[in-house]
Amino acid sequence: MTKTITIAHGNGGEENNELIKKVFYKHFENDILAKSEDAAVIEDGKLAFTTDSFTVSPLFFSGGDIGKLAVCGTCNDLAMMGAKPKYLTCSVIIEEGFPTRDLEKIVKSMKKELDINGAIVVSGDTKVVPRGSVDKLFINTTGIGEIEYKGLSASHLKDGMSVFVSRDVGTHGATIFAAREGIELESTLQTDCASLYPEVKKLMDSGIEIIALRDATRGGVSAVLNEWAKSSDVCIEVTEESIPVQEEVRGICEMLGFEAVDLANEGTFVLCVAKKDEEKALEVLQETHKTATLIATVSEQYKGKVILNSSWGTKRFLDLPTGELLPRIC
Amino acid sequence: MQELELKNLYDDFRDGETIKAYARIIAEDAKKLEKPINIMEVCGGHTHTIMKFGLPQLLPKNVNFIHGPGCPVCIMPKERIDHAYVLSMQDNVILVTLGDMIKVPGSNGSLQDARAKGADVRFVYSPMECIKIAQDNLDKTVIFFAIGFETTTPMTAVLVQQVIKLKVPNILFHINHVTVPEVMVELIDSRDIHVDSYNNEIDAFLGPSHVSVIAGSKIYDKFPKDYGRPVVVTGFEPVDAMQGISMIVKQFVEKRCELEIQYKRVVNHDGNLKAQELINTYFEKMSLFRWRGLGNVPDSGLKLKDEYAQYDAEKVYKSVLPIAEIEDHKLCICGDILRGMAKPQECTIFGTACNPTTPIGSCMVSSEGACAAYYKYGNLI
Repeated sequence: MTKTITIAHGNGGEENNELIKKVFYKHFENDILAKSEDAAVIEDGKLAFTTDSFTVSPLFFSGGDIGKLAVCGTCNDLAMMGAKPKYLTCSVIIEEGFPTRDLEKIVKSMKKELDINGAIVVSGDTKVVPRGSVDKLFINTTGIGEIEYKGLSASHLKDGMSVFVSRDVGTHGATIFAAREGIELESTLQTDCASLYPEVKKLMDSGIEIIALRDATRGGVSAVLNEWAKSSDVCIEVTEESIPVQEEVRGICEMLGFEAVDLANEGTFVLCVAKKDEEKALEVLQETHKTATLIATVSEQYKGKVILNSSWGTKRFLDLPTGELLPRIC
Repeated sequence: MQELELKNLYDDFRDGETIKAYARIIAEDAKKLEKPINIMEVCGGHTHTIMKFGLPQLLPKNVNFIHGPGCPVCIMPKERIDHAYVLSMQDNVILVTLGDMIKVPGSNGSLQDARAKGADVRFVYSPMECIKIAQDNLDKTVIFFAIGFETTTPMTAVLVQQVIKLKVPNILFHINHVTVPEVMVELIDSRDIHVDSYNNEIDAFLGPSHVSVIAGSKIYDKFPKDYGRPVVVTGFEPVDAMQGISMIVKQFVEKRCELEIQYKRVVNHDGNLKAQELINTYFEKMSLFRWRGLGNVPDSGLKLKDEYAQYDAEKVYKSVLPIAEIEDHKLCICGDILRGMAKPQECTIFGTACNPTTPIGSCMVSSEGACAAYYKYGNLI
C-alpha cells in the first residue's frame, strides 16, 4: 500500500481492491464479507444487505442527479443478489450554504426512485459541516432486501456459459466526463442511471437459470468480467465487435482515449446464464433494452483472465482498469 | 455537403476484412525480403495501436517492431517531474498539466501524491482552460507544466500568446516540449560518445503522423537521404498502421528508400505553417534535453525565448527547483528498449516490481509506453 490514499484508490479497479483487502478485510475479516458480493447475504440466505456512499460532480447531470444515483445504487446492489429492495436508510452530509431548494429536488428524485423499487426509507441522519469540509453534498444509503432468487454468485461460472450485457455500455461515465469542468464537450448523452429490480424480476420470473448478475458500476464491464473470471477461475472470451456502445459514447472515448468497457454505468448489468437459456435470456433482456446483447462465452483457455477477440483474428487481454481515468495527451 | 459523423473518422479504418487483406499482402511481400526487417514505430500512439489491435499477431516472423520513444510522459526525466512536484507544493500555486502526467512518480512521488497531500493539481484537456482557472483564482499563480511533442506545442504557444494579449497576470509556464526528428537521429547516429548507436537494429521508421500534421513530413526528409532509413508517415487506426507497414515492406522488396505519406488525408510535406510560426515566435531550441532512458539529446527540447523569461516558471522559481540529474533504477532496461535492443519481457522487473500501478521505468509510466502496452494487452502469441 502507498503511504497516502490517492484518487486511484477509489476507482473500482486494481488499487481499489488493494485498499479494501489490505486495510478493511484485514481487520473486519469474516466469512460473509469475504464473499465480496454486491450485497451480503445474511439470515440463512433470506436477506441481502448492502451500503453505498455517493459523491458526484456535478450533482445534477443529464438524465439524473445524486439522489437518483443514491437510491439506484443501493437498490441495484440488492437486485444483483436476486433480492427485492425493501428498507433503506438515508444519511446526508451537507456543506454549509447548500441551497435548500436543491436538497429538496434531490430528495424528491430519491422518493421517485424508491417507488419504482417498491422500497421505503425507514431511518436517516443529517450532518451539516462547515464550508469546505465536504464538496456540497454526500449521501449514504444502506438497504435490506428480501432474497427472491437464491444462489447467485460470481464464483459459479463454468465452461460454455454465456455472458450478456443488459444494454449499451459506458453512457454514465461518458455523460459525467462530458459534463465535467475543463472538458468542453457538447453532447446529448444521458446517463443510464436506472433501477434494475424491475428488469431482474422479469428475468427471475422467466424460468431462466441465472448463474450470476452484477451491475457494471465503477470500473465498468471490464471490472465485472475480470472479477468473475478470477472468482470462478475461468476464462471469459469477449467478441469485441459485439459490445454495444452508443455512437456518442464511442466518440467521447476516441477523443479522450478511453475504452467504453472501462467507463462506469449506473443502470447496466452483466448477466451469466447457461448456454441452454441463451435465447430466452436475450428475449427477456431486449424487452427492456433493444441494445442488450450476448458479448462473451466462458472457456478455460486462460484461467482467471478476460480475452478480447477482434474481428480480424487477433486477441488480447482485457485488463482491470488501473489508476484514475485521465484523458489522453495527443 | 453531407454532414461528417464522428464514426466516419474511424469506422472504416478498423474494418476487419481490410486489416486481414493487408496482412495477406504483407505476408506475400515479406517472402521476398532478403533479411528480416525491424520497423520502429516512433510514436507511443502507434505502440498503443499496434498492441491494442494485436497487429504483431498478423505479421510474418521477418517483420518486427521496435518500440520508439515517442511518449511525452515516458521520456520525462525524474528531475523534471520533481520540478512539477516542488512547484505544486509552493504556497498559492495551482499546477496544471495534461492527462497522465499526474501519475508519473518522481523521487518524492507523483503529482497525484502531491494532490493527496493538499497541493492544488489539476489536469486539463485543453491548455486554454488555464486562462479560466487563472481568472477564477487571481490570488494564486497558475503554472502550466507543458509537455508533448510537436503535436501539443502549438497549444502551449497559443496559451502564451493569449496570456500576453489578455494581460493575464498570474500564469507561468514550465516548458518540457520535445521534438521528434532529433531523437530519431540520436537512435541511429548518436553523438554521445558513451552510446554505440551503430549497434541499433532499426531498419525503417513509421513516422508519427499527428506530429507531421503540425511540422509536415519535411522533418523526415533526411532519414532516407542521409541515413538510409525509409520513413512512412502513418495514421493511428489499425488499417492505417497495416497499410504503413505494407508500404515499408514494399520499399525493401523494391529496393527503394524513400519518405512516403500513408496518412495523406491530413498530412502534407510542409505541415501547418501558421502553427510553426506561432511556435517559433515564443520558443527556441535548448542545446540539450535529457530524455529518461536515453540521456542527453542535442537540440531536442524547446524553451521559452529569453524575452519571455518573466513567464518562465523555471526562472521565476529557480531557487527552489532541484537541479541534480536522477538516474533510473539500475535494473530498468528502458534505455535498451527504446534503442531497439530489448523487448519489455526481457526485463527482470517487468510486470513484477515494475507495473502500471507502481512504475519503475519510463516505458511503464504512461499508457503509451511500450512496457505499459505489453502489460495491459498481454502478449498472446
